[in-house]
Amino acid sequence: MALNITDIKRIAHLARIEINEAEAQATLIKLSGILGLIEQMQAVNTTGITPMSHSQDVVQRLRDDVITEINQRELLQSNAPAVADGLYLVPKVIE
Amino acid sequence: MINSSLKQFGQMLAKKEISSVEMTQTFLNRIQQYNPSINAFITLDADKTLAQAKLADARIAAGTAAPLTGIPIAQKDIFCAKGWRTTCGSKMLETFKAPYDAHVISQFDAEGAVNLGKTNMDEFAMGSSNETSFFGGVKNPWDFDRVPGGSSGGSAAAVAARLCAAATGTDTGGSIRQPASLCGFTGLKPTYGLVSRYGMIAFASSLDQAGPMAKSAEDCALMLDVMAGFDERDSTSLNRPKELYTRDLNMALKGLRIGLPREYFSEGLDANVAKVIEAAIAEYKKLGAEIVDISLPNSQLSIPVYYVLAPAEASSNLSRYDGVRYGHRAAQYDDLMDMYMKSRAEGFGAEVKRRILIGTYVLSAGYYDAYYLKAQQIRRLIADDFVQAFKKCDIIMGPTAPSTAFKAGEKADDPVAMYLQDVYTIATNLAGLPGMSIPAGFSNGLPVGLQIMGNYFDEARMLGVAHAYQQVTDWHQKAPEGIL
Repeated sequence: MALNITDIKRIAHLARIEINEAEAQATLIKLSGILGLIEQMQAVNTTGITPMSHSQDVVQRLRDDVITEINQRELLQSNAPAVADGLYLVPKVIE
Repeated sequence: MINSSLKQFGQMLAKKEISSVEMTQTFLNRIQQYNPSINAFITLDADKTLAQAKLADARIAAGTAAPLTGIPIAQKDIFCAKGWRTTCGSKMLETFKAPYDAHVISQFDAEGAVNLGKTNMDEFAMGSSNETSFFGGVKNPWDFDRVPGGSSGGSAAAVAARLCAAATGTDTGGSIRQPASLCGFTGLKPTYGLVSRYGMIAFASSLDQAGPMAKSAEDCALMLDVMAGFDERDSTSLNRPKELYTRDLNMALKGLRIGLPREYFSEGLDANVAKVIEAAIAEYKKLGAEIVDISLPNSQLSIPVYYVLAPAEASSNLSRYDGVRYGHRAAQYDDLMDMYMKSRAEGFGAEVKRRILIGTYVLSAGYYDAYYLKAQQIRRLIADDFVQAFKKCDIIMGPTAPSTAFKAGEKADDPVAMYLQDVYTIATNLAGLPGMSIPAGFSNGLPVGLQIMGNYFDEARMLGVAHAYQQVTDWHQKAPEGIL
């Protein structure tokens, strides 16, 4: 499936990555090459084959519903770009 | 001293010939001497490192030392280590200080090993040359014009230049084995689920696996003894009895069936690399192994499948970097959406963005069945190839990489050419099987790695198979000129 520049901009928006015109052009060429590689898959007949997500047939483990974490708010927020009164600061979202 | 095995380092410490502080300082001095040119380490913290060495010395004096107590180990900068800057090779995490320890780090801490520093890597482990690191490329100690491989390029260069006793790496598509091949040492990617991924910064969760990078199979066995084990904090960690990976090091190879997949010796393999691999196979015949012709008919689909699954999982995993709770935030933005878009545009490098975009595309509405589901179906075909192959043989061998180390810049602008570096390693990640690379000789002065693949949980036997070869050859003892 051939990509065009509008696709690149749409995908970049979905991925929340700002992209300018020149970057979009360069990305179009590189991504088209990679998709060309991926297209080889389409020649394979996969009818009836169960998709594989994990090499071992394991089931999700369950654990007791108890608190295991301790409060480390200050430590964890020490990596945040902007905090105040224990809260993460972001631009205003509600007028 | 620097070319010693882990066992020898341990004996020196036990006999008090040297203290852990002195041993650690020797390596820190070497790092100070070589790192400005090689760029193997992103973060060093001599105070933290030497404090651990002091604790190790006390433990040795108290007579409670474990096999790796006091031995300096370099840690790939993908593992969170509490209080250490942990960058994953990205501007996004340039100032991130890990608030907790990865399982691998806490296992080494419990062993009393010394964290020597955090090693350079391709950004978010996406690359095969270490050239995508925000902190700059790494030199291959065998030839400074060439790349060390990737993504665990810093750990690879550190082992090759003897800047550490051993190192850790992670392998999603070949990131332990390909650099081990290009830098001439022993590296092992365990069975998926054997080593906990807790605190290991995620790239493609269904493929990521940590493993040892060291000079010999024996060293890798000692490292894996520390790293492997059940951890309930990783939902894919396998709950099985603890093994001793050194147990089969002295096994006899008589009657061992070694399968050679036709597809790994065809078009695309450098002729000189092929010669080295054939010579290694001949050595195994002399040791009593039997050679079996096998086929992995879907192996050529590994790369297409990988470049759907890995980017898809990466695009999901990397959505957490939004500039809110940690990581890079743009200095200027209009609103919340603009903050996300600018922070991610500035924080991620070109290759990481490409993979996020590919992943976003293949998972976007209407394309799921054609790409992600299809790739998961072919993934099963690839895994089934191995199931069939292991009915005919005990171990599979072939080249680790199609060529020796290439020149820096040679493939940097051609992602598809770069992806082909992992043509022989990706299939085992997709199948979840263990694979390793051991030094098998040289081509034009550059190291060549022999790949050894085993069945699920067959690490002890693979290490035994590698060790037997290392008892009759000395490729694994070789170091770049001027290093020893």
